[in-house]
Amino acid sequence: MLWEIDIHPLSDQPDQEAERIALLAAESGINPSLSVRAARGFLVESESLDESQANRLAEELFADNTVESSVVAKVGDSRLATAPTGQGNGESPSLLQVLLKPGVMDPVAQSAEGAIRDFGYSVSAVRTLRKYWISGASQDQLASISERILANDAIEQTVEGPLPFNQLQHGSDYEFELRTVTLSGLDDVGLMQLSREGQLYLQLAEMQTIQQYFAELGREPTDIELETLAQTWSEHCSHKTLAGRIAASDDSGVRQFENMLKETIFAATTELRSLWGKDDWCVSVFKDNAGIVKFDGDFNVAFKVETHNHPSALEPYGGANTGIGGVIRDTIGTGMGAKPVCNTDVFCFAPPDTPADELPSGVLNPKRVMRGVVSGVRDYGNRMGIPTVNGAVCFDERYLGNPLVYCGNVGIIPVDKSFKEPQPDDLIVSVGGRTGRDGIHGATFSSAELTHESESLSGGAVQIGNAVEEKKVLDVLLDIRDRDLFTAITDCGAGGFSSAVGEMGEEIGAEVWLDRAPVKYAGLTYTEIWISEAQERMVLSVPPANWDELHSLCAAEGVEATVIGKFAPTGRLVLKYGDNVVGDLAMDLLHNGRPPVIRSASYSSTPTKPLKIPTASGDLTADLLQILGSYNVASKEWIIRQYDHEVQGGSVVKPLVGVEQDGPSDAAIVRPVLTSRRGLVISCGINPRYGDLDSYHMAASAIDEAIRNCVAVGADPVRIALLDNFCWGDCEKSETLGSLVRAAQACHDLSLALEAPFISGKDSLNNEFSFVGDDGKKQTIAIPATLLISALGQIADVATAVTMDLKHCDSFLYLVGETKDELGGSHFALIHDLEGGDVPTVDTAIAKRTFAAMHQAISQGLVASCHDLSEGGLAVAAAEMCFAGGIGAEIEIAKLPVKEIKMPSATRLFSESNTRFLCEVRSEDAEVFEQQLSGVPHACVGRTMPDTELRITERTDSAPVISASLADLKAAWKKPLAW
Amino acid sequence: MAQPRILILRAPGTNCDVETAHAFQLAGGQPDVLHLNRLLEAPQLVAEYQVLCIPGGFSYGDDIAAGRIFANEIRHHLSEVLQEFRTAGKLLLGICNGFQVLIKSGLLDTDDETGPAASLTWNDSGCFMDRWVGLKAAGDKCVFLSGMNELYLPIAHAEGKFVTRDAAALERLDQAGQLVLRYADVEGSIPPFNPNGAMHDVAGMCDTTGRVFGLMPHPERFVDFTQHPSWTRREVRGEGAGLALFRNAVRYFN
Repeated sequence: MLWEIDIHPLSDQPDQEAERIALLAAESGINPSLSVRAARGFLVESESLDESQANRLAEELFADNTVESSVVAKVGDSRLATAPTGQGNGESPSLLQVLLKPGVMDPVAQSAEGAIRDFGYSVSAVRTLRKYWISGASQDQLASISERILANDAIEQTVEGPLPFNQLQHGSDYEFELRTVTLSGLDDVGLMQLSREGQLYLQLAEMQTIQQYFAELGREPTDIELETLAQTWSEHCSHKTLAGRIAASDDSGVRQFENMLKETIFAATTELRSLWGKDDWCVSVFKDNAGIVKFDGDFNVAFKVETHNHPSALEPYGGANTGIGGVIRDTIGTGMGAKPVCNTDVFCFAPPDTPADELPSGVLNPKRVMRGVVSGVRDYGNRMGIPTVNGAVCFDERYLGNPLVYCGNVGIIPVDKSFKEPQPDDLIVSVGGRTGRDGIHGATFSSAELTHESESLSGGAVQIGNAVEEKKVLDVLLDIRDRDLFTAITDCGAGGFSSAVGEMGEEIGAEVWLDRAPVKYAGLTYTEIWISEAQERMVLSVPPANWDELHSLCAAEGVEATVIGKFAPTGRLVLKYGDNVVGDLAMDLLHNGRPPVIRSASYSSTPTKPLKIPTASGDLTADLLQILGSYNVASKEWIIRQYDHEVQGGSVVKPLVGVEQDGPSDAAIVRPVLTSRRGLVISCGINPRYGDLDSYHMAASAIDEAIRNCVAVGADPVRIALLDNFCWGDCEKSETLGSLVRAAQACHDLSLALEAPFISGKDSLNNEFSFVGDDGKKQTIAIPATLLISALGQIADVATAVTMDLKHCDSFLYLVGETKDELGGSHFALIHDLEGGDVPTVDTAIAKRTFAAMHQAISQGLVASCHDLSEGGLAVAAAEMCFAGGIGAEIEIAKLPVKEIKMPSATRLFSESNTRFLCEVRSEDAEVFEQQLSGVPHACVGRTMPDTELRITERTDSAPVISASLADLKAAWKKPLAW
Repeated sequence: MAQPRILILRAPGTNCDVETAHAFQLAGGQPDVLHLNRLLEAPQLVAEYQVLCIPGGFSYGDDIAAGRIFANEIRHHLSEVLQEFRTAGKLLLGICNGFQVLIKSGLLDTDDETGPAASLTWNDSGCFMDRWVGLKAAGDKCVFLSGMNELYLPIAHAEGKFVTRDAAALERLDQAGQLVLRYADVEGSIPPFNPNGAMHDVAGMCDTTGRVFGLMPHPERFVDFTQHPSWTRREVRGEGAGLALFRNAVRYFN
């Protein structure tokens, strides 16, 4: 029988969920005055549960009787559909019930099942639901509310009125049937049709290679063999474009790359490592799930940043949820397992105020995307107990169809656990969550272009995470790692078992017994088991002698561990279901058989158009306020406070700093080892607006920004490791790939010049969204070329750190670094809608000297506060330092170190030239500070003041170009995202 | 007794166990972190310890309600041994999720003849929040707050709003001197002073003996000056004020 237990807020308690829905309905223009009541429900299916037991569960498990009441009845009972008293004002309200689609992860239902059994009651299944009684809405409005606010069709269904079933669905039994796919005889058109319709997303040359391979064997491939090849050769798993052959042409000629990444970014790291010799501090780069560098005598540190863009476009909450869950597993699956210590998250969205009628079909409202992504990261990161300490958010209309979600994780790993090697005859062990139908085709799907049909086509690619399952796995893995019970570990990410086992067994061979994998429900085919991307699973390589101990340790913490095969030294990947061999492929084919992708990349420089500064009144205060209130610059406190940034107790410099703890910190510092004073510094650099002018200088600027953010809080510039994450459009277009190659070349050049090695990276290509416009023609929105540079710095003693908030009333303000006429792509250009101008560049020789000098000054305690200059230039940095510290300042911009003496005020204030810092220095420290900085451009440009104003003048005696109260500056900065 | 033994009890989803153990260690205690399953298998293990602490986190994902499933494990299987533990004059501490567990397990003497009369529910904001809050200790009933007056500590929770079933229940707990820690405007704190809408500004409470204490703020996150949100603005160095709470627990057995 199927019981339903509904939980309602007591009448004197707020109905927060109903208020939220009414607010969203008003905000999205559907209906400003809805009357809504909400409840949450639990469907409990049990052979034997009687009414008194169901009532006891309601009282003691599901409801909190101090604030809630419950309704208990069998499904079908009219009491379950009755509106709470007071709802409807006489008019009968409509009931909408939202349920997860069958097969979608429902962690609360899983926990509830266990909790019911703890009462000694039998239960066969639980599902959760949400109920809404809505009055005052038309039928059309109800449909909009259901679609746009209550439910996401990718994972949820809405039922209007009573539930139309009285038992829960549990998959049906699976009857084994070996399936083969006919390749022989297919022409090119046929091969490509198969690739597309089978969601393989393989290219023609690859399909031809596979066709020929099986023709030589004299048989057709089985479905699982074809899927294995598609997963392993997918862009997501193999990075075939960037690690492939590229003919790149630009003004200086043509350059042939055999492996573009290897010859640019990796090459710089390799050169640095040989330059450093015995002082090399890289440990493992570009091969494991995360890059590893040295930290102290006991620990190394691992860092990885991933993107999870496509799933987040369809289901923002689940996409971001599994994005953060996935990158945490990358760290856990690095070496013999690292312990995650902090997260960093960077998002790119369309402006949240994009009008609903400007959204193409198939695109979710950007505000909904943003809320969903932030909650997804919040709920996973917080539950894992990993502080989210750093991030950034970029806004641009071109992220409408493809929002970007970058999730990063840093972990520490004992020095002697940094490498792994599976051994022949080790058991293949799956640890953690069960396998279900979630996330089928995620790896191949993320290599495809999104269209307005993606949601229905690839709904299966969306997964929901269960953070506590992953936390349990983490807890037990660190224990069994320290007992040396396994020889290798990796995560089940894109491609599921197929890529995890395929990668681990590459050098040995593997035999997998698919029928042994634990499944969430019956009915999964052998292929679904193999490629499922169900979350929270790790794969271990376990010597048979250690299996019993490992199994019992896992069981003791409620973590499922199952032998699903062995690493058989055959050089082959053999897949079995029971006694049936369903796949048999040479490892060599999987890993070396893919035909090289050959692409062309082109770049041609365009002459810089001059940027024309609007003839201004002389007072630029309004410009500053407008830039402070632009989405990119504005306060992200609404996001930051939802993340636990202090769990694990290592927080030293928090994301928000200052007298009222609301100023924007340049970077975060954490102490990963609580008994030590050594710290990690995490920051990032990103500015897609510069890429519209020149992707080389965008990349150079992002690297400079990431490093200077680190240095600004006290990191030592000789120990900063970098990660690259490329999100680009369709790289089959040669000019799109050309801009990427150019960015990669900048990464190479800057990395070498600044001696900051890249240690890991990832790319996400094909970030384009196509739809049919009002005129019936196909239109495509490509994202701007977006390179995220993440920096991982180190600080010997965290007590030497500085923050950006002004500290004292009569200090000197120094500008370090030279200001150039570089308003191209700036926020000044953005607010005035100006085109052209020079993009900021990096003088690497000066940059290296500047970072070193700044570090000397900071570590000697000569700098009271320090802020990097980025979006909005000097004016924004000065404003932020003032209002964060609650201290005013006077600045004379005639004193700036500049390239050209004749530089307009607007350029001096808002140019976004790189390698610049604004520093507060106490008068007694000024002389030594100037000595430290003697080799680099710097000047004393002003003083801090006891009043609460920021006044910027050309010269002491001239009229102010900026004059504003700190309260007004802060209000403008806080307003846009104060949700 | 030289070093009291501290049992830090973790469940699936507990995530503040390491820093809580670190705080007890700094305070001179001898902490062990133990999985709840071990205690369920052998409840008498608890007798080897002087202090039992349930640290912060999301036990069982906070699925259904924060701390609910862990609390039911206690009600169903550990009620007796923990009552004996208390009667033996020992200490119980619940921090954040641990407070949610304690209050829902009945160990804070909040139940009356009609059942649980106090709870922790969703913040007025409806949202998780991480920020620092000012606190005032009231009375001298609670062992953990002995000698303390004002405190400044971080909170990080979504379901931390203290509620009672009715005004009479609030009055009863107040009269009994159990509402020992309140959100307050202390030096350096930033409004709103009551961050979640808690009745009577309650941030923490103890049982009728003063030896069982639960609080939403995280004292283990302020045991070193570098954890303070504006330490770069202050001259203060050395240990953080949260450590005193752990010292009180350790000192109680010396």
